[in-house]
Amino acid sequence: MNPKNFNRLFFVPIQGAGLSHSAAAEIFNKDEERTDWHDETLWFVREKRDKAVKQISEWEQLRTLGSDIKDHTLSNLDVYLAEFEKNAQANGIKIHWAIDAEEHNEIILGIIREQKVQQVVKSKSMLTEECHLNDYLAQRGIDVVDTDLGERIVQFRNEPPSHIVLPAIHLKKQDVSETFHEHLGTEKGNNDPQYLTEAARQHLREKFIKSQLAITGVNFAIASTGGFVVCTNEGNADMGAHAAKIHVASMGIEKIIPKVEHLGVFLRLLARSATGQPITTYSSHFHQPRVGQQMHIIIVDNGRTKQLGRPDFRSSLKCIRCAACFNTCPVYRRSGGHSYHTAVAGPIGSILNPNLDMKANADLPFASTLCGSCSNVCPVKIDIHVQLYKWRQVLVAEGFTTGGKKVAMKGMAFVLSHPSIYRISGKIGRWIMRVFPFIFNNKSFNPWYKQREMPEAPEQSFRDWYKKNKK
Amino acid sequence: MNSREKILGAISINKPSLIELPVIDIKSTSSLSVDWVDEFIKTLESIGGKVVQLSSIDLIKLEIQQAKLRGEYIVNTLPVLGEVNNEINPTMEASLLESIDRAYIEGSIGVAENGSVWLYEHQIKNRLLPFICQHLVICLNINKIVPNMHEAYQQVDVAKEGYGVFLAGPSKTADIEQSLVIGAHGARSLLVYLIN
Amino acid sequence: MKVGLFIPCYVDQFYPKVAVATLELLEKLGCEVVFPLNQTCCGQPMANSGFASLSEGCDKNFIANFGEVDYVVSPSGSCVLHVKEHLHDQNETKASYIRRNIYELTEFIVDVLKVENMVANFPHKVGMHISCHGQRGLNLSSMSELSAPSFSKPAYLLNMVKGLQLSLPKREDECCGFGGTFCVFEEAVSVKMGKDRITEHATNEVEYITGVDVSCLMHLEGILKRQGSGVKTIHIAEILNTH
Repeated sequence: MNPKNFNRLFFVPIQGAGLSHSAAAEIFNKDEERTDWHDETLWFVREKRDKAVKQISEWEQLRTLGSDIKDHTLSNLDVYLAEFEKNAQANGIKIHWAIDAEEHNEIILGIIREQKVQQVVKSKSMLTEECHLNDYLAQRGIDVVDTDLGERIVQFRNEPPSHIVLPAIHLKKQDVSETFHEHLGTEKGNNDPQYLTEAARQHLREKFIKSQLAITGVNFAIASTGGFVVCTNEGNADMGAHAAKIHVASMGIEKIIPKVEHLGVFLRLLARSATGQPITTYSSHFHQPRVGQQMHIIIVDNGRTKQLGRPDFRSSLKCIRCAACFNTCPVYRRSGGHSYHTAVAGPIGSILNPNLDMKANADLPFASTLCGSCSNVCPVKIDIHVQLYKWRQVLVAEGFTTGGKKVAMKGMAFVLSHPSIYRISGKIGRWIMRVFPFIFNNKSFNPWYKQREMPEAPEQSFRDWYKKNKK
Repeated sequence: MNSREKILGAISINKPSLIELPVIDIKSTSSLSVDWVDEFIKTLESIGGKVVQLSSIDLIKLEIQQAKLRGEYIVNTLPVLGEVNNEINPTMEASLLESIDRAYIEGSIGVAENGSVWLYEHQIKNRLLPFICQHLVICLNINKIVPNMHEAYQQVDVAKEGYGVFLAGPSKTADIEQSLVIGAHGARSLLVYLIN
Repeated sequence: MKVGLFIPCYVDQFYPKVAVATLELLEKLGCEVVFPLNQTCCGQPMANSGFASLSEGCDKNFIANFGEVDYVVSPSGSCVLHVKEHLHDQNETKASYIRRNIYELTEFIVDVLKVENMVANFPHKVGMHISCHGQRGLNLSSMSELSAPSFSKPAYLLNMVKGLQLSLPKREDECCGFGGTFCVFEEAVSVKMGKDRITEHATNEVEYITGVDVSCLMHLEGILKRQGSGVKTIHIAEILNTH
């Protein structure tokens, strides 16, 4: 049999999303040195998180609080969203609701056209990535400038971000230097991060000052006051929002928290989990537009209400987008964010994305060994590894698996329910391995054998030994 | 049915039955014998900020005078420090603010666990000011330092004005191969004067 | 006390020495051990691949074999965890009884038998591989992500072994990359994870790598052999059973 056909029998091809995670990860791993560098860089971020966490003796209590506050909020979400809307409107903020990505993008386009906006700046918002806002606007002749340094770098390179907090973590200094040389005219070969950052500062300051519309994300939206918080280290969200005459903040419905006092819990959890800092440089609290400014908030569903209706998976909506799970995941570190072919990669992405599109994302819950490290670092105690297991059952039940796997699993189930057949199969299998080793020692048909030796096949199983020696 | 009704309707059908809201009752065991001022200084300095303790504001007044003599565009918002820059108002254009070298503003409280300072909108005069200036100086009463964020939120009313920010250190980024660079889009440096 | 010995399918077929060592060790420690002859598998390979719906027959067989003992003990953290979390049957009484009384070998020796010293003798440099499911699922040892006091049931026992020099790799509890069918369906990442574990153990110049799960060891052994390395893998039962 042609190895390619054999592979198609067992390896799930992903429709419309390019390569599956395993195929992309295989390509990623071809450059072993670069994989090591990527892995070590992200492990270092995990270590910084550990150091920060160990300084807070009440850390586990904070995690429980964060988790419980979010659980409560999700169980009362409609009430809180209505309260938020009322309070925000009373403060002069315009509220929009978007059922899906398309509607979200249309709303922003509408504002741009109505207000005759020429220049747009955007700070980090995973939601706008999810909605493919930049592409949507570009197709309609509107250029959005991403102002987070990492995002600006990948924007110049025409790539998606590979990490929700560290968008350019997959790039080395040389890569950034080449990109800036091409787009900003910096010195060729000058890799100094200070020099490159300064170039970006000058370039983006001009954009901040000249832009009429600033789009930001929302880290937390407070129901009791109608305000919202945006956290950055660079100050780009504020530079954009305070200079532009229109500020649009995009938020998922799940960003709501009930009261101001809850911010104490979440702001203590967020930056420590994300980068090991006690807090981001700026935690900006917006309640009213400034004098003469328009402020809009777009509240977006895009599949979140559907996830809310899935009892096993609804707690994934507690996510505060810290990416601690990415940094600890041994698979993510050795495959890179682009292998996950979605806006939000890593372990949390693997339990959020199948809800959006099971067909395109059927591979993601399998990109894991279920080691459980992610669940331990999650500041809001999402049982990520448990949900990965449960998504696997759902995807198979919905038919998102290959014919080959179905047959193999049915066969396995049969053998393992029939002890005598299990024993005979085992005996025969071991015999074949001893007498015809080349059948298994084949790199084209046996993925195990590509880089590992097969285990030895003993003549006696344990049961054989037991019967001989003990009975 | 519009989108708002569709979304709220879907939530009301899909949400689980009501789960109780927990009470925040943090007993920080690490808080018992710590010098909060010391902790604040240590933390802020570890994140790139500079802290100087003063018992008199004369030094600051002198510093401002000298900088102005050198021709720097200094913005002072505290009457006690001398002449206040009246041109800084909420509607001042970004292009004009861009040339500010250093800004002196007053902070409300400092948070020891993370080195941040809460700034009300009325304290910063223009929302862009603490970001767009090249260097930022905050004057903070040394007695206004609290241990952690829980206490901070009890001390300030973040919804009182249209804007406010917890500002912790100079702007920074590590987006280029995880190399920390101080001075990203916001101020390049932060100096906090803790005044007795 | 009657202990039902549960031997994972691939241990029964490929690593019978581990099962022999487990049996002998438990008997040495005073247990009456029976090996139900019709056991097959816990069903984990199917369940982790999304086919838990096919495990009814396998579960029934498990319950038929292990319903009548005081404890079920197995030299495998991941299989024990799987049974503990997922064993179900129409006869829920038997299933829940087993779930409550199934133990991985080291946790059984430490928590139930409460052993405080051993006569084992293994004068070698040994690297400890912490298997994820046993650690995070069964709480066999503390986890690097959590701020909690440090402990390890397997290490506690290994430290009783004469002459044994135990070391931990730099990343103490990172996954080896086996992950069940992950080892073939995500072969590149799986092997890379295994190679990285081995590199860290090599820094400690170990002669052996040990752990509580044969699956991890089988995967690491496959890589070690392909590399032509002199480092060998050995299950903890085999070390504890030495004299």
